[in-house]
Amino acid sequence: MNRSIIISSVLHLVLIMITAMSLPFLSKKPIDLPPIVSVELIQITDKTNIPFAPKAKKTIEKIKEKEKKLVSEQAPPKKVKKVKPDSVPMPEDKVKKVEKIKEDKQNPEKIDNEVKQVSEFEKKELFDPNNIAALIDKSKIENAETINKTDKVTQDQQKNLENTGLSLSEEDALKAQIFGCWSIPLGLPYNENLLVRIKLQLKPDGSVIKSEILDHARMNKPGQGFYKVLAESALRAVKLCQPLRVPSTGYDRWKELQLNFDAREMLEG
Amino acid sequence: MMKKFLFINILLLFIPFKSFALIEVDITRGNLNPLPIAVSPLSIDENSRKNFEKILQKDNLGSEISIIVENNLKTSGLFNPLDKNAFLQAPDIANLKPRFEDWNLIKAQALITGKVTFKDEKLRVEFRLWDILAGKEMMALAFTTVPNNWRRVGHIITDKVYERLTGEKGYFDTRIIYVAEEGPKTKRIKKLAIMDQDGANNKFLTLGNELVLTPRFNPTSQMVTYLSYFRNLPRVYLLDIETGTQEVVGDFPGMTFAPRFSPDGKKIIMSFAKDGNSEIYTMDLENRIVEKITNHPSIDTSPSYSPDGKFISFNSDRSGYQQIYIMNSDGSNVKRISFGKGIYGTPNWSPRGDLIAFTKLHKGKFYIGVMRTDGSGERLLTENFYQEAPSWSPNGRVLIFYRETKTDANGDGFSAKLWSIDLTGYNERLVKTPTDGSDPSWSSLLSN
Repeated sequence: MNRSIIISSVLHLVLIMITAMSLPFLSKKPIDLPPIVSVELIQITDKTNIPFAPKAKKTIEKIKEKEKKLVSEQAPPKKVKKVKPDSVPMPEDKVKKVEKIKEDKQNPEKIDNEVKQVSEFEKKELFDPNNIAALIDKSKIENAETINKTDKVTQDQQKNLENTGLSLSEEDALKAQIFGCWSIPLGLPYNENLLVRIKLQLKPDGSVIKSEILDHARMNKPGQGFYKVLAESALRAVKLCQPLRVPSTGYDRWKELQLNFDAREMLEG
Repeated sequence: MMKKFLFINILLLFIPFKSFALIEVDITRGNLNPLPIAVSPLSIDENSRKNFEKILQKDNLGSEISIIVENNLKTSGLFNPLDKNAFLQAPDIANLKPRFEDWNLIKAQALITGKVTFKDEKLRVEFRLWDILAGKEMMALAFTTVPNNWRRVGHIITDKVYERLTGEKGYFDTRIIYVAEEGPKTKRIKKLAIMDQDGANNKFLTLGNELVLTPRFNPTSQMVTYLSYFRNLPRVYLLDIETGTQEVVGDFPGMTFAPRFSPDGKKIIMSFAKDGNSEIYTMDLENRIVEKITNHPSIDTSPSYSPDGKFISFNSDRSGYQQIYIMNSDGSNVKRISFGKGIYGTPNWSPRGDLIAFTKLHKGKFYIGVMRTDGSGERLLTENFYQEAPSWSPNGRVLIFYRETKTDANGDGFSAKLWSIDLTGYNERLVKTPTDGSDPSWSSLLSN
């Protein structure tokens, strides 16, 4: 009697356990998706966009030194520079310094067209890019002089051109060059007035001394994110393209240029 | 005295002044080449690396996250991530201060750097976006989250970079719901499935016992509506992806098609046939009141709201054959907008509001295209044997749809795959899924 009760209860227990383990509702799992956990966003630009920490500076300097050593092994010896001081370009540092001076002189707050229409003579007194170019590299003196000379020769003939701007072929050449450099941000709306005007000051070789966005205040206005993106892309295009494909003569005509970037036509498709 | 003054004035008029008008050049064209961008592996310290290796079984989480960013940017078609082997600067140094000349040398125009740390059992990722040509930092952000969320961090970084460089919001931190299909064409098993937009984390949500059709995401939450046949009757379901809870919205008579959410997520719009005539109806999800929107003896199907909720686009054969129409959300002011040759279907209003995507059948070929909301500017993006059901990415820049292949004489060779294409029509890509797939629907951004 007892034996059969024990056997019965054991079998019942086994049955209950098997049922419990295989019941579908127990094994059913909720959808196993990665949880959507909030991600904390912190603006670190303000905190971090400063000269880097002294520790980091040390490590960078160490690595730079190492790299310098490596580079110096491969680089031509200094003697070469001494042998051909005129033909070899000057070290970059000096060039940068000269450029900085230029910018400072060229940048006395605002030189808008409307402010002062300084005569060409006075302008040359203030700043002559040819002279600076000559300071950088003697070989450029010759070029600069020839440019001045040719200017003098053709000045009378080109009076009309000076007032009318670039010829069609000159303009087309410049446009074609910038078209290739300008990566249009494709996310911009095509039905908004997004015209970016950039004023450039150019060297005789077409490289950019200074680029200035004429509606700069719009860049940082709230709700003008699209304008900022477009303006930055235009500035990138100018930097990527330089030296610009400018005419070989008539520097006075195009030493200041305004580029109007308008992507609507492209965005509209 | 007066005479003298006048004389001087007149004399001044005759003196030639040299005027230099500023030359203006209009740049109205540019290139559509992908922007060269360098995605430096995110730097990681040894301690953090070991911790993440233990938790996530990832050897170098910094590299893994940067690979996600790189792949996302590449698939967008707008960026050209450069080969990492060409990078000259080590990730940890580049993150502190990149040597712009080095990055310029490999023709990068933008650079992404960053750092991954393990802090208080959490994953902290900071990243920076640099403008190489201007030599300045454009953006810097830090994220803190649980380590398992590392893939999402990669997607969020891509979204931020994409927005900063293109001007529009990204679409990478999103999911796609679709119908996973298996088996021969005549005996197809269809399951509801969900995955990240890059195809990772694929999960099946139903078992495949019942036929499931047309899942659609709610534009405001992680809620999905779909159609399933229960005892041969169409039934509309609501499924909460986050909790896994599911509820029946209602059983509907006859042929029921493509339930879709309103932009505020409070209503469902769909078409079903009552008394043999297919009309468009809305259902309020709070009080379950059904409202009839169209009233015409023709077949009206595939409704889709404009993002402001003021208009509805739909299909109708009221002109003799199937075309796209728009109307006010109350059903008034019905206007036909498609006038091209062929049959138009599955209109889907872009989240940006400016375009309507559609499927077109013309001369035996199927096209996916877009047109403006007034029907102008029709552009066919892709052509194939059979393809349909375009669904927009949340930024209205990319479409996902499905494409079927022909069966051969033996009835083999049939497949259905998900594809994506962007608005330029050039960047067409196969979206990899473990099984065949159809009827995809793109979610809104998970993080806003």
